[in-house]
Amino acid sequence: MSLSDDLYRDIILEHHKNPHHYGTLEPADVSVEGVNPLCGDECHITLKLDDGRIADIKANPRGCAISRASTSMMTDAVIGKSLEEAHATVQKFKHMMLGPGTADELPEEMEDIEALEGVKVLPARIKCAVLSWDTLLEGMREVEQKKD
Amino acid sequence: MNVYHLLNDFPILQREINGKRIVYLDSAATSQKPRQVIQALVDYYEGYNANVHRAVYKIGEEATQAYEGVRQKVADFIGAKDTGSIIFTRNATEAINLVAYSWGRENVGEGDEIVLTPMEHHSNLVPWQLLAAERGATLKFIEMNADGTLDLGGLDSTITERTKLVSVTHMSNVLGTINPIRQIADAAHAVGAVMVTDAAQSAPHLALDVEALGADFVAFSSHKMLGPTGVGVLYGRRDLLEAMPPFIGGGDMIKQVWLDRAKWNDLPWKFEAGTPNIADVIGFGAALDYLNGIGMEVVRRHEIEITEYALRKLREVEGLTMYGPANVENRGGLVSFNIEDVHPHDLATLLDRDNVCVRAGHHCCHPLMRMMEVSATARASFYLYNTPEDVDALAESILRAREVFARVAV
Ligand SMILES: Cc1ncc(COP(=O)(O)O)c(C=O)c1O
Repeated sequence: MSLSDDLYRDIILEHHKNPHHYGTLEPADVSVEGVNPLCGDECHITLKLDDGRIADIKANPRGCAISRASTSMMTDAVIGKSLEEAHATVQKFKHMMLGPGTADELPEEMEDIEALEGVKVLPARIKCAVLSWDTLLEGMREVEQKKD
Repeated sequence: MNVYHLLNDFPILQREINGKRIVYLDSAATSQKPRQVIQALVDYYEGYNANVHRAVYKIGEEATQAYEGVRQKVADFIGAKDTGSIIFTRNATEAINLVAYSWGRENVGEGDEIVLTPMEHHSNLVPWQLLAAERGATLKFIEMNADGTLDLGGLDSTITERTKLVSVTHMSNVLGTINPIRQIADAAHAVGAVMVTDAAQSAPHLALDVEALGADFVAFSSHKMLGPTGVGVLYGRRDLLEAMPPFIGGGDMIKQVWLDRAKWNDLPWKFEAGTPNIADVIGFGAALDYLNGIGMEVVRRHEIEITEYALRKLREVEGLTMYGPANVENRGGLVSFNIEDVHPHDLATLLDRDNVCVRAGHHCCHPLMRMMEVSATARASFYLYNTPEDVDALAESILRAREVFARVAV
């Protein structure tokens, strides 16, 4: 049996087993819960904002390796970014997972995320990878609505 | 039972993906179909396709006879005395909804209680939630033991004078638990309540006898018992069905119609509005013939053997937790389990590489998952076409999956 795996690459397993920014921020400026009704995966994300930037983020995903790794990578990709930048980052990711985008188009700081491209061939699992990103979007939307 | 010669009856089991056969272990979700069932659909469409109940010409009569003939087969299959008690629906879910809408809205009111269990499939939970919310009724739940059986010790305090309806799954699609429907039905009837049982998982796998079961309504689906999708059955006690208002209005369910009113058709057609799923009902008839040809006792014994083997085999896998009653006589042919450190979705994806088809998820049982303190399980479910080799393939594939995950240290 080969040591590498197209889908469960080492980088995915590493993020899954040692997720970055794992946990819950208390207190938090934003607290949002995402659920995948198909499989029951859940993801709780908390944010601290500072002057329109994501000063800190913690996530608490309960689910498969794909969803945990994706969540961990998401936190790396958006921490320190302004909400607009974070928004653009999420869109780039979704463009790769759900649209015609490829991993090559991702910016350098999203390098690890390339590994998730393998999920694209498994339609039933794409939702696992996208859940936390959608949850983050929802959290950011709440912030914008509060501003109005 | 020697099942090997049956395998040839199932075209899909001859299929290979990437040069390997399919190990189908998801019959609790839907079963595979034997050639005889597929052929019955072709025969109908090619030979006597016509609408039922109205045509006077030959092929119309043939279609009506075939369609109504299946009703008799269903009645015989479950020990019902009267074909008026057999209503064709789309699936078990619709059958339960028929009871909730038609019987429920007529008989359940403010302060009444509906008794269920925490192991119900969403299809035997949500219709009652809707009914209770609309009517101001309350849902109550029979307690469960740690081994996945029902705790009937407190039955008398759960089923009370206020109870209008009790609905319990005959066989759990997660734990495999076979529930003592008769005992619960007796408690329901003692307080004048109506007993419903969800037989979606039991009808395919054991000899059903609705009289012995004691339930007033029984629901199940064709597609889980070798038949086509799109057909379900509601068995109902005649006097209850007679007193119930129709569920869906339209053609076929009426005797006479005026501009402002209508007179309902006799049972069972009162509950079958519009053109029914003629072809698939006929296909379902072929599925029942097939099951009868083998014998439900034989099917059940085979599944007990396979399940026993699977429990033994999976017990050897380190870090594997199984759910449900330990005694195979008390459970159906399925095993829900989890592997330490491998989420069931990842496991199912990895097993799929070996063409081992298992289900991973909440199995439409969110409340039960919460109670078991898991977010999901993997589930292997068996039917008459599964062999010990299928179980071996499952066990080997699980070990391979674990290796993939063990590659990176925590
Ligand atoms: C116990 C149980 N009840 C009800 C159902 C619903 O069956 P259907 O989807 O055919 O209506 C299922 C199917 O998964 C089941 O396992």
